[in-house]
Amino acid sequence: MSITSPPANDRGTALSFENLSVSFETEFSDVHAVKGLSLEVYPGEVVALVGESGSGKSVTSTAAIGLLPSNAYITGKALVGGVNVVGMAENRMRKMRATDIAMVFQEPMTALNPVLTIERQLTESLELHGLAYGKDATRRAIELLDMVGIPDPAKRIRQYPHQFSGGQRQRIVIAMAISCDPKVIIADEPTTALDVTVQAEILDLLRELKDKLNTGILLITHNMGVVADLADRVAVMFHGSLVETGTVDQVLNNPVHPYTQKLLASVPRLKAVDVTGGWTPEPVAPVDPNRTLVLEARNLVLEYDMRGTKFRAVDDLSFELARGQILGIVGESGSGKSTVAKAVLGLLPVASGVLAVHGTNLATLRPKAARAVRAKIGVIFQDPAASLNPRFPIGDCITEPMVVHKVGSRAERIRRAGELLEAVHLPRSVLNRYPHELSGGQRQRVCIARALTLDPELLIADEPTSALDVSVQAAVLEMIQELQARYEFACLFVSHDLAVVDLLAHHVVVMKDGKSVEQGRVSDVLHAPQHDYTRRLLAAAPVPEPREQAVRREARRLLLELETPKG
Amino acid sequence: MTIEKEPTEVPAVLLAEAEDAALARKDSVSLSQGQLVRRRFVAHRAAMISTVALAFIAVMAFSSIGYAGIPGWWDKDYTMAGSVIDGGRPTFSLLPTWLGGTGLAWGEHPFGQDSTGKDYFALVMRGTQQSIIIAVIVGIVATVIGAVVGAVAGYYRGWVDAVLMRMTDLFIVIPLLVLAAVLGQIASRTGNTTVVLALVLGLVTWTGLARLVRGEVLSLREREYVAAAQSMGAKTSRVILKHLLPNTIGVIVVNATFAIAGAILLETSLSYLGFGVKAPDSSLGLLISQYQNAFTNRPWLFWWPGMIILAIALSVNFLGDGLRDAFDPRQTRKARRRSKKEEVSE
Repeated sequence: MSITSPPANDRGTALSFENLSVSFETEFSDVHAVKGLSLEVYPGEVVALVGESGSGKSVTSTAAIGLLPSNAYITGKALVGGVNVVGMAENRMRKMRATDIAMVFQEPMTALNPVLTIERQLTESLELHGLAYGKDATRRAIELLDMVGIPDPAKRIRQYPHQFSGGQRQRIVIAMAISCDPKVIIADEPTTALDVTVQAEILDLLRELKDKLNTGILLITHNMGVVADLADRVAVMFHGSLVETGTVDQVLNNPVHPYTQKLLASVPRLKAVDVTGGWTPEPVAPVDPNRTLVLEARNLVLEYDMRGTKFRAVDDLSFELARGQILGIVGESGSGKSTVAKAVLGLLPVASGVLAVHGTNLATLRPKAARAVRAKIGVIFQDPAASLNPRFPIGDCITEPMVVHKVGSRAERIRRAGELLEAVHLPRSVLNRYPHELSGGQRQRVCIARALTLDPELLIADEPTSALDVSVQAAVLEMIQELQARYEFACLFVSHDLAVVDLLAHHVVVMKDGKSVEQGRVSDVLHAPQHDYTRRLLAAAPVPEPREQAVRREARRLLLELETPKG
Repeated sequence: MTIEKEPTEVPAVLLAEAEDAALARKDSVSLSQGQLVRRRFVAHRAAMISTVALAFIAVMAFSSIGYAGIPGWWDKDYTMAGSVIDGGRPTFSLLPTWLGGTGLAWGEHPFGQDSTGKDYFALVMRGTQQSIIIAVIVGIVATVIGAVVGAVAGYYRGWVDAVLMRMTDLFIVIPLLVLAAVLGQIASRTGNTTVVLALVLGLVTWTGLARLVRGEVLSLREREYVAAAQSMGAKTSRVILKHLLPNTIGVIVVNATFAIAGAILLETSLSYLGFGVKAPDSSLGLLISQYQNAFTNRPWLFWWPGMIILAIALSVNFLGDGLRDAFDPRQTRKARRRSKKEEVSE
């Protein structure tokens, strides 16, 4: 493979791997997680290490910071600022952490200790490494918070992690990582747990910091949009080996290796959109009078009962979904999009308004009648690992709706399960397998088969692909499209991923804080958004093309400047 | 707009397709759930040995002296006193003649005699019967009540949970021995002391399991497969019995084995205090308490019942281990290896 000429730099690498191999000794055999990897990260440079789950990207980074479990067998070199850390004694390694190499974790909710103040956690590494003590350390910590964009840092430093939002917590984690001026920062999926708009802000912050501090960043991610936005160079990992290395432009625009090609082809892309507005929508087509409404919400209000106090999760929402149509509901976390799906599934009572399936209002239905309605609704959940009972063989999982609604004899049920498995392209022999024997994508296809068991008229898909790798996601989305064309069910598709909704849905509802901010045809809403929030959302979603992403980034900056500050 | 299909051949990197191929290549023997459980249980060596040992003890206990009026093959009765022969020493021997023993011999009183000349084998067998009956009844009663109370409380939460758990707390704060003693007294006035005593013990020892199952169910009910079952219209009873309780089987089985071992010991304490089984009837606990002073000069009076209690308790524990592994589909060797792989490679 060709390694592109790195930026000229006399001071050598911030982090480099030389023929690094990691294998794990397990009870039964050795597992080769990383097979002879060589990679350099120079100061002030962002190198993205991309790959799907199980490719060994996290193991590589963990080897550099010396946190691999004791059953790991490491050969080769991992040089942090020219010092080999492979086989280094634990007490020496500890001195290098934070001052030479630091880490930003994926989940800001769990990376901070909830019972200590931010001050205590920020000054800890400064004091441990003898850089500053007492008031000096606090002063430095306040500087750091200011640097990562936490407003009013002198006051907020005394607060606890739960008093900050998710994005702010990730900023604090970044502040901790840069506190001792490390030569290199490992960012392990730093934005995966965040909403797109927050993700865009964190990416901006990282870009700003690496220029300011001249730190090398090893960015580990599966998101090609993030790569396009932040990285200078890209290394693609597959089954423990590097299959392709190059500048972000080379790899994303002219991939050479078939795996990279396949990976990039699998990423759903948003069509170009003018986020700054000034686009007149196509005239709205008249509503087809012959269409059959499958799902209808009118002034729907949904509430969670939190120990007596009501929390309004969905407020005054109306939409219509006709047969053969896919309605996408998009929004960020906390927007109430999954709550709508829950209510349709009968997992949450309707507080007020109308939620009707085929004209039958679910809100006023008795439990027995509601059960009959539910036979016509199929569901696919987000996490295929959790949505199949681990004690049910696949056959039982698929036929469960028939058992529940007392449909068919045993032989008929088995025949139906076989048909459905064929429809989702799985071999019939899977019938007697257990969920843990299948991969994530296969499990999700089993979930799709289960959802279709009773020929539903309505399919609820609640983030069906967000727990899957991109190449598997593509296969699952294709399958939903194919089955939808074949069985013509209506589908309510809940997702945070605008590109997926763009790909799949006919109509879309954009939700924010429980309210619909914009709805209509996908071609109107996602390609010519009228509402500021939709524009912001679209502008924040990164695309896996570095030049286009640079244009989008600039457009987003303009958009945020144009917007009048509110409240 | 559709997803771009991959027209060109891309060997070994089409992930979804490669996974399917791997799945098809797997050994295609398909087994039903029952067959799988049975097969895994049989493969568990300790559990199989325990099952055989437990079955042997039970068959010996019930066939030797008979039960409920049906006569057994042993000619002596546990109530019949007689003259003490050779200080009541056991005549049972395993030592072969060439080592100075008498060969494999059963003898007149294999387990010896007690101070009044009663045949100790008959007494121990009677005691074993009582302990097995108590163990089985307590195991069933405590497990069923505990699992149901815990599952219902965990599933419904809210006031149902509050009421059931306060009731559980109430049972926990009442001293077990006092309650069992009082109820045991009433029980002894009825005809079948042992069975009633066992029911009473079962009614007061379900609390630990109820709390454990509630905790498990509270976390399991948030899983998506429960939401999936609810949304397909499954009744609450089905959700609890098919989706929640089977996934708590590990906790239930382990706890049931503890409950059984505990019940045998509880019966021992009660009999020792004089509230449980009373002479001339016999139980293993009663025998131990009666002859604890004989330990120095006539140790067999202590060893025989003690060893049988130990054998039953150990066997039940191993049996529980085997059952838990057999019921868990992820507990196969192959699967364990794969899950480890997944853990380390991410």
